[in-house]
Amino acid sequence: MLDVRGVTKRFGGIVANNDISFQVGAGELVGVIGPNGAGKSTLFDVLTGFQTADAGEVLLDGRAVTRLRPDQISRLGVARTFQKLKPFTHMTVLENVMVGAFQKTADPARARREALEALERVGLADKAEAHARVLSTGQRKRLELARALATRPRLLLLDEVTGGVDLRSIPGLVALVRELNTAGTALVVIEHNMGVIMDISRRIVALHLGEVIADGPPAAVGRDPRVVEAYLGRAYVR
Amino acid sequence: MKVRGLRWAIAAAALTLLVIFPQVVTKPFPRHVMITIFLYAMLAQAWNILAGYCGQISLGHAVFFGTGAYTSTLLARQLGFSPWGGMLAGAVAAVLLSQCIGYPVFRLRGHYFAIATIAVGEIIGTIMINWDWAGGARGIFVPIKRTDSWLNFQFHDSKQNYYYISLALLLLALWVTRSVERSRLGYYLRAIREDQDAAASLGVPVARYKQRAMAVSAGLTALGGTFYAQYILFIDPESVLPLSLSILICLIAVLGGVGTLWGPLIGAAILVPLGEATRIYLGGTGKAIDLLVYGFLIMVISVVQPGGIMALAQRGRRRTD
Repeated sequence: MLDVRGVTKRFGGIVANNDISFQVGAGELVGVIGPNGAGKSTLFDVLTGFQTADAGEVLLDGRAVTRLRPDQISRLGVARTFQKLKPFTHMTVLENVMVGAFQKTADPARARREALEALERVGLADKAEAHARVLSTGQRKRLELARALATRPRLLLLDEVTGGVDLRSIPGLVALVRELNTAGTALVVIEHNMGVIMDISRRIVALHLGEVIADGPPAAVGRDPRVVEAYLGRAYVR
Repeated sequence: MKVRGLRWAIAAAALTLLVIFPQVVTKPFPRHVMITIFLYAMLAQAWNILAGYCGQISLGHAVFFGTGAYTSTLLARQLGFSPWGGMLAGAVAAVLLSQCIGYPVFRLRGHYFAIATIAVGEIIGTIMINWDWAGGARGIFVPIKRTDSWLNFQFHDSKQNYYYISLALLLLALWVTRSVERSRLGYYLRAIREDQDAAASLGVPVARYKQRAMAVSAGLTALGGTFYAQYILFIDPESVLPLSLSILICLIAVLGGVGTLWGPLIGAAILVPLGEATRIYLGGTGKAIDLLVYGFLIMVISVVQPGGIMALAQRGRRRTD
């Protein structure tokens, strides 16, 4: 459903994404890995319309979305979370999620119901009436996930969903991601936690210095000398 | 539920008192103060929809006030229009103007947006000063119709009917705000205020919703402008288009509490009598002193409680819980 073709994004002299190509099929779960500065978050920004690619195309179900605005891409069924969290701090948790739910309905009562369902799924229903600013980082991650879910996406892009979350919450989040995928949502997941990403992904795309250096099943990508080198340096390549 | 019932009872009692007020108090001055409070409260409420809920701080709202005042007055003078029709036409004109202003100005964020609205306000003020057909710097009188009538929107014998009209305008502004607050529009506006990128990622067409907030805000403000023209019966750029009016509208809402339903009314109920009192007790030179007092109040508010009096009240309530 998602077809990335030769996407290049420069910031001045820095090439954040260089000729990146990969596909995500309907219902697939693809992991994106790479050291800091590899261009993962920039790639998400290009896919969701927050940045416009300098070259290349992003196709969604065969349709070019490269130059659409973020809200238009969202309405085509693509939701995302941000690595740098963006809660609506002066709104309650429920109101935050309702903003997402309003994409599919203008009726506040219905948006409220759907928002509560989404909060239930991420395990944040007991915080519905709390202000978003009092949440912990882990709770904010889950809030952001609930907000994205409330738009009922077909493709969900998760930017470091387990980063900064306390260890006890990780299995729950992983189970949730799996469950979403089983229910038919395609996912692209940026993740630093190797245990998690190797476990949940059917396929992994590895980025390094803005380029795709590996694309394949987790086991193969994990053994790929270029990936090991990118993460650990040449000394560890055997 | 109990609290809600109590709140409605208080609102109903307050409204009854306000309706009875001019029957009991017949002196023109207290009535004038009340009318001014209602007018400024509704203007601050209109501003609040754009600035408080949507987070777009406009310092050019006098433009829409002036649009309302000039449209109805010019239509009455040049074409013999009824002021009521003029009021509607003024609101429509202000909405159209707001969309033309918004299209380029909403490309700017934060402080730059506020500065651009000041510039637009000054440009339109200068145009009106130099536009002779519209009275220029001398201003224009609303054509006087001698018999008091609702049809003419002119009452020379008593301020009573102006009182009720301004009260109705305030209730309209409160009702509009409440409806916005509870609808998808209100949620979207607040999301835009909190974080534009996050809002866009959830499918909120940010630019379109800013324009909608601007339209509602401008239309309401223009209604206040026509009311002012019919009340004072004379308008000039100095009285309906000054930067100081734009700032006063903003101060009232900030003092009371931005982004809240009751904040603008509370702000007006404090600032308007304060302005009148300093003008009375400090005499003719008091024109700057009331501004000094405003300035001082704003400094106190921004240091002690940036959320305004509404936030102060909420904090107090939490403590007593």
